[in-house]
Amino acid sequence: MGVLEGKFEENVFITSVDWLFNWARSNSPWPLSFGLACCAIEMMATGAARYDLARFGAEVFRGTPRQADVMIVAGTVTMKMATRIKRLYAQMPEPKYVISMGSCSNNGGPYWQYGYHVLKGVDEVIPVDVYVPGCPPRPESLLEGLIQLQKKIRQETIAKPKGSKGAA
Amino acid sequence: MKPDEIAALLGAQFGARILESKPSPLSPWSVVDPAEILPVCRFLRDDERLRMDHLECLAGVDYKDRIEVVYVLYSMTHRHRYALKCLLPRESARLNSVESIWGAANWHEREAYDLLGIVFEGHSDLRRILLPDDWEGHPLRRDYKFPTSYRDMPV
Repeated sequence: MGVLEGKFEENVFITSVDWLFNWARSNSPWPLSFGLACCAIEMMATGAARYDLARFGAEVFRGTPRQADVMIVAGTVTMKMATRIKRLYAQMPEPKYVISMGSCSNNGGPYWQYGYHVLKGVDEVIPVDVYVPGCPPRPESLLEGLIQLQKKIRQETIAKPKGSKGAA
Repeated sequence: MKPDEIAALLGAQFGARILESKPSPLSPWSVVDPAEILPVCRFLRDDERLRMDHLECLAGVDYKDRIEVVYVLYSMTHRHRYALKCLLPRESARLNSVESIWGAANWHEREAYDLLGIVFEGHSDLRRILLPDDWEGHPLRRDYKFPTSYRDMPV
């Protein structure tokens, strides 16, 4: 085949760094526990036995942003919480991703018109990778959102780091 | 005790300081002179026949021409319920805190202060409970103007 043929013993394989990184990142997106409203109930159901988020490597809900890869914004983002979200997002290590779950965090949901205290979409304060529609979305929807995020991560290249800011 | 008995008892004890009573079977209430809220509440809690030992709810209501504070009381001992109302002017909605009588009033009064701007005098820690500390205005007031932004975030 090529110059490398027969140069290595068994159990050694070569791949592209991109593929290896993307494989690792996309198969262990640890979420930040971030339940803000009723969407959090569906998120909990997604993590429980019947839907089992662990099948996608995302069952490790972290209590600190410093250990998390993906922020699942599950619920209504009030103005008071928006200031906290900004800070928590800043504390997450790169590469970091955001799933906006449910109508409220997508665009304000039922608080669109008269919610003086609700942010009209979490994308006003942080960049969002995947929007999951629903009020609240069923666990299947959240899983689909997570799978879409995994697809997005697999298209990344270390030549252009951080897929969410325009690269992917 | 029956609602009309409670109303009669209050009337006998406080006379003209009970401004109005409606002892309907389902939701009985009396309107109390705001200046007298503390003695009336203390009587309701401490009297052997009443024993209103549980403040179920304390809520503020804006009726455009006045602001009402509603105290829903329940007796765990006697299993009866009664409500008190205080009518306050919108410009200066102030009255005494009942926190010293029922500890539960602490957060309820903070909520009424937060959303309607009712000032409870003698409250140990009267600051906003739901909205951020630097929020302007009291949103459940009928004349509240919705803000367009908060800390540079559009609303």
